[in-house]
Amino acid sequence: MSVLVIAEHDNAELKPATLSTVAAAAQLGDVDILVAGENCNAVANTAAKIAGVGRVLKADALALKTGLAENVAPLIVQLSSGYSHILAPATTNGKNIMPRVAALLDVAQISEITSVVSADTFVRPIYAGNAMATVQSDDAIKIITVRTTGFDTAPAEGGSATLEDVSNITDAALSSFAGQELTVSERPELTSAKVVISGGRGMQSGENFPMLEKIADKLGAAVGASRAAVDAGFVPNDYQVGQTGKVVAPDLYIAVGISGAIQHLAGMKDSKVIVAINKDEEAPIFQVADYGLVADLFEAVPDLSAELNK
Amino acid sequence: MKVLVAVKRVVDYNVKIRVNSNQTAVETANVKMSMNPFDEIAVEEGIRLKEAGTASELIAFSVGPKQSQETIRTALAMGADRGILVETDIIVEPLAVAKCLKAIVEKENPDLVIVGKQAIDDDSNQTGQMLAALLGWSQGTFASKLILSDGSIKVTREVDGGLETVDLKMPAVVTTDLRLNEPRYASLPNIMKAKKKTIDVTNPEELGIDISPRLTVLKVEEPAKRLAGVMVEDVVQLVDKLRNEAKVI
Ligand SMILES: Cc1cc2nc3c(=O)[nH]c(=O)nc-3n(C[C@H](O)[C@H](O)[C@H](O)COP(=O)(O)OP(=O)(O)OC[C@H]3O[C@@H](n4cnc5c(N)ncnc54)[C@H](O)[C@@H]3O)c2cc1C
Repeated sequence: MSVLVIAEHDNAELKPATLSTVAAAAQLGDVDILVAGENCNAVANTAAKIAGVGRVLKADALALKTGLAENVAPLIVQLSSGYSHILAPATTNGKNIMPRVAALLDVAQISEITSVVSADTFVRPIYAGNAMATVQSDDAIKIITVRTTGFDTAPAEGGSATLEDVSNITDAALSSFAGQELTVSERPELTSAKVVISGGRGMQSGENFPMLEKIADKLGAAVGASRAAVDAGFVPNDYQVGQTGKVVAPDLYIAVGISGAIQHLAGMKDSKVIVAINKDEEAPIFQVADYGLVADLFEAVPDLSAELNK
Repeated sequence: MKVLVAVKRVVDYNVKIRVNSNQTAVETANVKMSMNPFDEIAVEEGIRLKEAGTASELIAFSVGPKQSQETIRTALAMGADRGILVETDIIVEPLAVAKCLKAIVEKENPDLVIVGKQAIDDDSNQTGQMLAALLGWSQGTFASKLILSDGSIKVTREVDGGLETVDLKMPAVVTTDLRLNEPRYASLPNIMKAKKKTIDVTNPEELGIDISPRLTVLKVEEPAKRLAGVMVEDVVQLVDKLRNEAKVI
């Protein structure tokens, strides 16, 4: 069986989500990678070094520069024959493009798998991860998005894939990119950080988030947030951890002033160690925490910062 | 301009769900059901387009069992003009929903279809993108802002890195994210008025659509439970545990 993995990248860098997706794909068959973008040579070269990858297909065109689903999906469909499975990470890109591919091929999509049982059977969370469904697909080609926290990462080095150029790229002329406002940060990416510290409504204002950033910098952590903190405008939308935000599973997750609604837990309950700091001892977050501290965060967080210096 | 919104009847987001005893599904009998929260945002956006004079008619659509009429009725009470139910007792997958929607779109010719980005039961996040594919339309997923102008729509999208804006040629499909708007509650007079609005009922056979599932659910299980943790006295103890017991810092 041959599996095509859709690379996650920004034309300059290959994102770690690709490595987890390759690891999932390697359980199914021989792996090829599609790098669709513009001026994405460096990304294709990096992808070719991933252990176990046979071919890297590089589709380089202006129409693919910003990953518009209307242009990328037909390209994937064009490349689909010969593949038994096509996998993309369940990033906002993967989620945007893959259902479009599935519908064009008249097949189901299996969203956010967390494990591979066999070539046609997969496990995926439903109801905010409060149940795990094992599903079997009869479709000739399986279109899948991968929850990256469910898989290890394939080794980034050790492979020597062949590079092939893909031609015949067209602009569907249905949509165009009009701008972006990306969050700039020196800290690690939320979904691949080893440590995450998140703030909730209890933080009271965006001006208090630097307290968490200070700790993040000491621990090499990423900063996240609950939906309530994002809705209130304390931090940008891309900080949101949860059922409908990002799913993280770091070695250490520190929840500060977060009550622990199921929608939030859905995004972090697979973290190795969970710490909760909350002034309400009844807060549901304590039910999933390995270490709970009942305290006012405005005292506990500065104390934590000082203690970490020792 | 006509706008179509899709609404799904799901287990209310506040319900703590349980897997049934033979591990085939999540228990839905005697459980509070509501409109999928992302669909409430879709309905609200449609109503705002009407209030702004941009949309002339707002149609609320659903695929599902007879009781989905209640969900459509909620959309009508919020401010949609009429409803369409594609009735079926089969648990429909996103591809089937998209096919039913396509058939209705071809009859009603809306310029814009707004659906929730995901339903909080199956968490699939597929229907809008699939509909756009089947119609050959543009798509604006995970929308946090819409600006309509003649023949095109500017959609601000919530993406992993922050926000992105795309220009879509109309007709288009938009899927809603949480920050697009805050849905209104239906007022009592509007709930009364909604009772007089029409809901047309059809079914997949009438539309000539095969909705048989492509996926077989072999098993539904509870996720692994986390072991109970401990409470610490203070920050000093916390840091000590993280350093020497958990060894994560
Ligand atoms: C469709 C849908 C999707 C959703 N998706 C998500 C999602 O992806 N992610 C998500 O997070 N939520 C999501 N939610 C929202 C979720 O239901 C909760 O409303 C949200 O997680 C609550 O955020 P919070 O814990 O910060 O706020 P609250 O529930 O208000 O909790 C604040 C906590 O801070 C504590 N606190 C206050 N002051 C202090 C202090 N001085 N010191 C210490 N503790 C303090 C309080 O005791 C309280 O426990 C979703 C909801 C819906 C309906």
